[in-house]
Amino acid sequence: MRVGSTFKIALRALRRNKLRSALTALGIIIGVGAVIAMVSIGNGAKAQVEAQIAGLGENVILIFSGSTTTSGIRTGWGGAGTLKIEDAEAIRREIPAVTLVSEEVVSTAQVVAGSQNWFTRVYGESADYFDLRQWALADGAPFTNQDVRSANKVCVIGRTTATQIFGSEDVVGQVLRVKNVPFQITGVLTPKGLSSQGTDQDDIVIMPYTSALKRVLGGGTTLRNINAQVAGPRDLGPAKQQIIELLRQRHNIREGRDDDFTVRNQEEIAAAQTATTETMTQLLAGVAVISLVVGGIGIMNIMLVSVTERTREIGTRMAVGAHGRDILTQFLIEAISLSAVGGIIGIITGIAAAKIIAALKNWPSLISPGSIIGAFLVSAAVGVFFGFYPARKAARLDPIDALRYE
Amino acid sequence: MADSSAAVAVRLEDVQKTYRTGEVDVHAVRGVSLEIARGEFVALMGSSGSGKSTLMNILGCLDRPTSGRYFLDGEDVSSLDRDQLADVRNRKLGFVFQNFNLLARTSALENVELPLLYGPERLSNAQLREKAERVLAAVGLEGRGDHHPSQLSGGQQQRVAVARALINDPEVLLADEPTGNLDSRTSVEVMGIFQDLNQKGITIIMVTHEPDIASYAQRNVVMRDGRIVSDRAVTRRFDAAQELEKLNEPAPEVVEPTVQT
Ligand SMILES: Nc1ncnc2c1ncn2[C@@H]1O[C@H](COP(=O)(O)OP(=O)(O)OP(=O)(O)O)[C@@H](O)[C@H]1O
Ligand SMILES: [Mg+2]
Repeated sequence: MRVGSTFKIALRALRRNKLRSALTALGIIIGVGAVIAMVSIGNGAKAQVEAQIAGLGENVILIFSGSTTTSGIRTGWGGAGTLKIEDAEAIRREIPAVTLVSEEVVSTAQVVAGSQNWFTRVYGESADYFDLRQWALADGAPFTNQDVRSANKVCVIGRTTATQIFGSEDVVGQVLRVKNVPFQITGVLTPKGLSSQGTDQDDIVIMPYTSALKRVLGGGTTLRNINAQVAGPRDLGPAKQQIIELLRQRHNIREGRDDDFTVRNQEEIAAAQTATTETMTQLLAGVAVISLVVGGIGIMNIMLVSVTERTREIGTRMAVGAHGRDILTQFLIEAISLSAVGGIIGIITGIAAAKIIAALKNWPSLISPGSIIGAFLVSAAVGVFFGFYPARKAARLDPIDALRYE
Repeated sequence: MADSSAAVAVRLEDVQKTYRTGEVDVHAVRGVSLEIARGEFVALMGSSGSGKSTLMNILGCLDRPTSGRYFLDGEDVSSLDRDQLADVRNRKLGFVFQNFNLLARTSALENVELPLLYGPERLSNAQLREKAERVLAAVGLEGRGDHHPSQLSGGQQQRVAVARALINDPEVLLADEPTGNLDSRTSVEVMGIFQDLNQKGITIIMVTHEPDIASYAQRNVVMRDGRIVSDRAVTRRFDAAQELEKLNEPAPEVVEPTVQT
């Protein structure tokens, strides 16, 4: 009936108590902001890890030399050089489910071209590697099986290495000296960005593993690991088992002794990684929920105290003609205005915080509309309820009781 | 009775008020019948606990009698519901409290405007301000409209409260110990305002403990134990303007004996 006046009254009351209004809004800002930022960070981290696991390729089995359980002592993946080139060849030959195999060796080296040099990681792989990792080339072509067989002096480089050494020049066909050996660059990889550990995946040189063993690592036949791909997800389990049996037999490991290698399929790696991020997301969500609860308690306190403190004011208003409904509407408008303003500022702050953190961590910033709506509704509900409920109690008082309230 | 009811502002018929606190019944008002004509200035007196405030709250439609009837301006208000009573308070009554009951951190103008916001009329901000400024000027507070209660003296705060009570041109102005928190000079000033308003035709009912203050009214009603025990016209009525004059006169000079050296 007199909503216009009530709006005027409510806004005057808010202006009259600037600090209290600001504090109430702050509770909502923090609650909403924290939930949005935390959920977004959790989602971003999860997406990052998922992208990385997908980057391993599909249906991939990884075989590392060294055991993780030798007499309880962890030698770490790739610790002892027990994987040989012949093992990889045996897997390729004897396990039909395996479609692609890449022998892998890893080193670091100073690479030089002209007057420029750059310290980078050098990977030796088979020609299957690019299909297996689903890592396409941005420019040029990968090396071939022939290159691997002949240990040719060819390589493919990552975007970072390319720009560090050649700037914006076209690099395909150029020569890159690795440990003083000239390698011809056949292609440039598509950029992948940072890994979750923060290493630049594009700071890399990939060459045939034969060339790497012979010309960079100085001989030997020991592999760090073998990457294998099977035809479909259903082949992962059986293929893994067959690989274990094959390698035990090849390494002459007697019944009852531990493997001197480790086989993991992609799901297992993914599961471990996702479990970690899941824990982190839950932790973040926990922190966010706590700040929402703390914010809610803040709102609750301020609202309860303010309504109690304003009982006399309510009595005065009723003495000059306010109906119970006018009082109620006034407090409702006050609570909704604070919640709405606080909520909107909270959403903006939350999104900004999420974007800043995502930018710093090089994560995708995944802002979930669910968290925005959820946090906003919870805070608004807390604000409105704790503003409205005591006001309703006060509005039902007899004016004389409200006036007498101490 | 149409003729006489037009002249009667307030009529109470055997009004009783009983408070029930736990097992004990407190009979605060035990059968009061009272008629106050339009334009009267009545002081309600009596010892502490005699039921003055209880009666005032009933007269002010802030509270309802347990039994009996109350006619305000010819209308039986004892049967009205909460919202109707609120409207009666808004349109026909003005209330002045001992402790002022102004809204803190709110300008005098906004305090005075308050009853208008709950009134039946929709007024623009300019209209609200204009009306409030006029009433503030009438109680001698022109130019103080933007001051907050904390920036005003007790007497000035009480004037703001009086202005608030007057803004809707009430039939009856009710004041429960309006000078209770004021010093004697400020009390006389407030009585001056009351007498001026009464001159202009507003009915005033005021509770007071002080016989001096009661002497500014035309009629004194005394209560004891929830009953009226005395009701008479004031014979030697004070005039606030004269009393203020007296207060302004310099104190009689004390002639000190000249000391000879
Ligand atoms: N809300 C209440 N509940 C119970 N008893 C009450 C209530 N209000 C007043 N009383 C009682 O009613 C009686 C009259 O109280 P009232 O306030 O009307 O007195 P009063 O004449 O105004 O006194 P004073 O001069 O001290 O203000 C007192 O005995 C008081 O204790
Ligand atoms: Mg009293």
